[in-house]
Amino acid sequence: MIRLYDYVLSGNCYKIRLLLSLLGLEWETRWIDFHPKREHKSEWFLGLNPLGQVPVLEDGDFRLRDAQAILVYLAAKHDERGRWYPAGDPRTLGEIAQWLAFADGITATASAARLHDGIFFELDADRARAGANAPFRVLDEHLWFQEQEGREWLCAPGHPTIADLACFPYVALSEEGGVSRLPYPAIRRWTDRVKRIPGFIPMSGVLVA
Amino acid sequence: MAEPDPILVNDWHAVVELDFLASRGSFETVLLGVPIEIAESGEGSGEVRVSRRDTHAPLPARIRYGHVFTSIGQPNRDIVHFPECHEADRIHVTGGSIAVHVSGLRAVENFLDMGHFPFVHTDYLGVEPHTEVEPYEVTVTEEDEILATKCRFFQPLASPSADGGMMVDYEYRVARPYTVCLYKSNPIEPERWDFIVLFVQPVSEERCIAHPYLSYLAHNLDNETNRWFMQLIFAQDKPILENQLPKRLPLDPRAEVPARSDASSLSYRRWLAAQGVTYGAIPAAA
Repeated sequence: MIRLYDYVLSGNCYKIRLLLSLLGLEWETRWIDFHPKREHKSEWFLGLNPLGQVPVLEDGDFRLRDAQAILVYLAAKHDERGRWYPAGDPRTLGEIAQWLAFADGITATASAARLHDGIFFELDADRARAGANAPFRVLDEHLWFQEQEGREWLCAPGHPTIADLACFPYVALSEEGGVSRLPYPAIRRWTDRVKRIPGFIPMSGVLVA
Repeated sequence: MAEPDPILVNDWHAVVELDFLASRGSFETVLLGVPIEIAESGEGSGEVRVSRRDTHAPLPARIRYGHVFTSIGQPNRDIVHFPECHEADRIHVTGGSIAVHVSGLRAVENFLDMGHFPFVHTDYLGVEPHTEVEPYEVTVTEEDEILATKCRFFQPLASPSADGGMMVDYEYRVARPYTVCLYKSNPIEPERWDFIVLFVQPVSEERCIAHPYLSYLAHNLDNETNRWFMQLIFAQDKPILENQLPKRLPLDPRAEVPARSDASSLSYRRWLAAQGVTYGAIPAAA
């Protein structure tokens, strides 16, 4: 049985729930008291993940931390059609890796501002907000050019990949950190497309299309 | 920005959860426009100090319902009493305080509203086509509190102990301008209530922090599960609240078009006006 150490308001946990759901997998949840208790920094949880971050995934005796890594593992292991992470397609795998790393830049900016505004994380929120606009501009421009080529998703294939799932949550939650998506029309069209993927599930704060 | 009303200045307000404070040692926040700091007096002592950050003047502190309460004035009444919280077979836990960029009065009004359940809390507190809010009763009690009774709503997953849909009975009580609670029938013992209070901290006129406190019949529940459910639900309300315009609550009955299901909201707005609450509100034109 797959077990997910999960926090309900974490976008990084949500992207794992989203992929598990899209793959039709069953899993059990261990809720971590991220807020208010900071259980992810507790001694027992640091034993699972010394970085003190959710999510953590266990699949049998295999344990993995890092949301992007977990997406790779789940898609490579459990997606029989090989669409979410197309092994054997080097260019697409390279593109996916590029956007998985990019997603961490969104986490460091848009997500940080949201944690500050909503649940009192101590950080420079104005700097985080300003910082979010750089990746958002890159994302919006890329999606616009993709649309010109008739492509709806971040990477080349004519279907979504884990790259889309990795970047989606903290973009869709950005308003909670005071980062408006109004200046980014291609991003707004893309988030609407993600929400219409068959089997899509929302999280609190992500409005259904 | 208006000066805070005496009824708010001279009252207690929840300003931080103890579990959160314990994870940090001290915490800075704002109450009614006044910057304050809450600090543990000494590790494990269970005591806290509250002070203003502008004048460094000490402020009164009380610990109750899993939160630190303080006042920036001279409190002339005690913190609201909730007798239900003292029953032995209950599990009590704070829900996880969340800041919302809207007037706290809007947060209270939203807490009173059943009409949004199927649309905002889909598959939890409501689901289409069960959208109708049946008529209910609203009274102002002798203690000058608002009481809404005989509320009923169909809920697919009413609480963390629910196992499928049920018709849920509700009662609401507005005890203070920024303090509201609800009682809802427990899924396992429908003749008894689960109980949630929302202490809303007015940060400014257009910002608040919602401090939920949960009192559920225990039934194998644990704190993590209760907090999971509360934060799931409240975070569904948050973007709706933050998109409400104006951010302050209009008290003029003509400002927004009510439906019959808004009886408690209308009563709340009239009651706020009668109490002389203007902070976080847009008062009705004289």
